[in-house]
Amino acid sequence: MSELNLEWVQSFIDALPYSKALGMRAESVSEGRLTMSMPYDTELIGDVQTGVLHGGAISALMDSTCGTAVMSLPEGFGTATLDLRIDYMRAATPGQRVWAEAECYHITRAVAFARATAWDDDRENPVATATGAFTYGHMAAPKTPEQMEAAMQALAARQKELGQ
Amino acid sequence: MKTPEPVQVIKERRDTALHRLVDGISFARFLGIRFDRRGDELTAVLPFDPKLIGNPMLPALHGGATAGFLEMAAVVQLAWQELWSQIEGSQFDIERFIEGGVPRLPKTIDFSVDYLRAGLPRDAYARARVNRSGRRYASVHVEAWQDNVNRPFAQATGHFLMPQPRTDDDANGG
Repeated sequence: MSELNLEWVQSFIDALPYSKALGMRAESVSEGRLTMSMPYDTELIGDVQTGVLHGGAISALMDSTCGTAVMSLPEGFGTATLDLRIDYMRAATPGQRVWAEAECYHITRAVAFARATAWDDDRENPVATATGAFTYGHMAAPKTPEQMEAAMQALAARQKELGQ
Repeated sequence: MKTPEPVQVIKERRDTALHRLVDGISFARFLGIRFDRRGDELTAVLPFDPKLIGNPMLPALHGGATAGFLEMAAVVQLAWQELWSQIEGSQFDIERFIEGGVPRLPKTIDFSVDYLRAGLPRDAYARARVNRSGRRYASVHVEAWQDNVNRPFAQATGHFLMPQPRTDDDANGG
């Protein structure tokens, strides 16, 4: 995604069934840096007594935000997560949207290192932080709108095959 | 001499307690996770669902779905282990336990996932092992596999904060 376009990022996220099922939304993008958000949903509750989202839902947002930040780099297209560590600072407040900002802070020929922070309405008080290593350099990003269009069409065709 | 309890009664009590524990977790239902029990041993099962896909080109499970599955397996194993000692105690009263509401769950402090290979579009299984369990903190390791138990596709280690014991006023049947 050398031509960084929020609409492309969003259509890419929508092409990933799990990200779409969680309602992830791209908020801003620049090279190696990305912000996404996810709505509160009672289906994602981890503890019925508190109504707090399960950590696994936050993990998905963190993984997607870091992974998509890697994809925004020149050779990050088609990256995969090698590992991801998440620290949970506090419970996300029930009813509030969760945001995550990721930055890719170092890349080598084969690996991209990314970190992310998540928060809710209280921006100053993080819900969680994450650090991860991602595969890098397998695939050059589509460089032109035509190439991007072709990549998206291939994705859509694949989804149809999978019965989405 | 006391006659032993019928096996069906014991099984039902254990299964009721396990359901009670898992039913309070909406996210487990969202992912479609269920738990197979043999004695006190639990296996988490994640039946394949197209919505769990993260990479439609391969296709492969979403890393976030895998992480959520592992964390669920870890936290339920930990809570189940605490619950088991209660269930098997002579003081345990299943009716009072059910009335007492959903058992409280440990809180995740941190969770670190290694992705060993792509998650395939088929069912996944996970088993967790509590490596250390103290009054306040616990450390849990969990492995997930698909076709071959000796070839895990992901593993994780997490630290958890244990729910603190209730006082007599809000005891839920011991």
